[in-house]
Amino acid sequence: MSIAESKGVDTIQTPAVTDSSPTTDREIEMSTQDVSVWFGKRKVLEGVSIDFPKRSVTALIGPSGCGKSTFIRTLNRLHELIPGAALAGSVMYEGKDIYDRDVDPVQIRLKIGMVFQKPNPFPSMTIRGNVLAGLKLSGMKRSNHDDIVEETLRAAGLWNEVKDRLGAAAGELSGGQAQRLVIARALAVQPHVLLMDEPCSALDPASTLKIEETIRDLSKDVTIIIVTHNMQQAVRVSDRTAFFLAAENEPGHVVEQGLTTEIFGNPQDQRTLDYVNGRFG
Amino acid sequence: MSLADPEIRDLKAAATSHRGDRVFNRIITVAAFTALAVLAGIAVFLGLQTIPAFQSQGLSFITTTAWDINTDPPTAGIWGMLYGSVLLAVIGLVIAIPASLLLSIFTVFLAPRKLAAGLTNLIDLMAAIPSVILGLWAFYILNPTAEEWQRLLNQYLGWIPIFQNASGNFLGTPFIAGFVLAIMMIPIITSVSREVLARTPPELINASESLGSSLWTMLRYVALPYGRGGIVGGIMLGLGRALGETIAVFFVLKIVFEVNWYQIIESGGGSVATLIVSRFGEVSGEFELSLLLAAGFFLFVLTLVVNVIANLIVARTGRLQK
Repeated sequence: MSIAESKGVDTIQTPAVTDSSPTTDREIEMSTQDVSVWFGKRKVLEGVSIDFPKRSVTALIGPSGCGKSTFIRTLNRLHELIPGAALAGSVMYEGKDIYDRDVDPVQIRLKIGMVFQKPNPFPSMTIRGNVLAGLKLSGMKRSNHDDIVEETLRAAGLWNEVKDRLGAAAGELSGGQAQRLVIARALAVQPHVLLMDEPCSALDPASTLKIEETIRDLSKDVTIIIVTHNMQQAVRVSDRTAFFLAAENEPGHVVEQGLTTEIFGNPQDQRTLDYVNGRFG
Repeated sequence: MSLADPEIRDLKAAATSHRGDRVFNRIITVAAFTALAVLAGIAVFLGLQTIPAFQSQGLSFITTTAWDINTDPPTAGIWGMLYGSVLLAVIGLVIAIPASLLLSIFTVFLAPRKLAAGLTNLIDLMAAIPSVILGLWAFYILNPTAEEWQRLLNQYLGWIPIFQNASGNFLGTPFIAGFVLAIMMIPIITSVSREVLARTPPELINASESLGSSLWTMLRYVALPYGRGGIVGGIMLGLGRALGETIAVFFVLKIVFEVNWYQIIESGGGSVATLIVSRFGEVSGEFELSLLLAAGFFLFVLTLVVNVIANLIVARTGRLQK
């Protein structure tokens, strides 16, 4: 009997699992092993071990300040660019620790793309220029730029809205459109993994819905790891969920992880149950 | 007022109904117009002084190069000086822009925090050195050193026209004067570009890094385009100083009334400001004084024209990256 049932409380209704092949059986794309993180002397994350199956969506949930965003930034080596940042443990990708000395962080960031909380298209570039920015910035050679632009904008669900004004300034787009442009930009360098740090927190409900559709579509090809504060969103878009928590003045850690249906429908830890039911955080 | 109108309220009156605001608005407006009036006053005063110069010299005052005041009739033309002012400024910019950009990029993106703070203070201090001190330094220290550099340039790159030197005299060259100007421009351009680059939004840097940028590509496609307007503004400030700089150039440049078109390591050149300061002390009379003031007027015009052209260039290159 789950805690929820034993205590007689309602849990958020989760959609029935329609996928016949359980995500747990899928090949692992990426995993972390015992990752701890420091900023200077302050330890902000402790012993995080998570597996991310290929072409799945994993939601990282938890209250503010529990280290979710920090964690996601360790996955593509953006964390190390902050002065004083330190890390222990390993992040495995394609059978290799991405923090090994002979790994080029630029190549890692190309394979593991990222979408940030605040839509951040480059204001000095056109819409088209933004989509292709990653190719310029990384020096990656791909031909048929027109095809890339159309393909990625379609994948991000933005093509129909901008196809007639690809030469317009990216600054003209609304917040939701800008965020989808940023997703297209991340896709243009053909990442295998897409990290999303609260991609909808600055958006209105309609835009949020569009982004969520985009995430579901993308997960057919790309492994997605998404930080979100929105419980319903985690339920709607993710296959798996990891719940982070940090006690006061303690580093954050993963309380519970597993299939999203389990985390929301049948959590094993009292704190998870309280959190997913909005009783704190 | 027609019957349909009474609904429309006078919002403008309402918006300025706060008494303190009204007074403040007026003070600012007057102050702003005072600045314009001073500028216009200078332009009119100098403009009037050009009348005797034009009456005696006609258009040749700005198209020829000569300064024979005591002949009859006297001939005076400042073309070589006008051109020299621009040439010196260009030499200065060619040296100062890359140096300043590299310095500001280093302090913002590469240097450890303490070193960056130290460098920042040092460079700001550089801007405070009086130009007469720089001039003296250039005369006594830079001159002999730069003479050697120019010899080497001439020896190895002499086949490039700008590094020709027929006289064998490497002192008092536009190159040395331009170099001094560069030293004066570097702190200005560096401070402005540093402030601009430091304000590159972190989310854009994040975006760039997450797309696999190197420092170079991030600068080229993100930070520099973002700060372009500000950096160009800094360059314009530096250019303004260079075009008008007088005393430091006066110490090192041999003023000749010929046009030195491009031989930047050949002795002799000119600039309007140094012409004025070199003649002003021993001015022969009312007429020569009016010629000098007229020269000043054209320096004023030149500065305006250069600024307008620069703004046009900026506007043209301001297109979006595709």
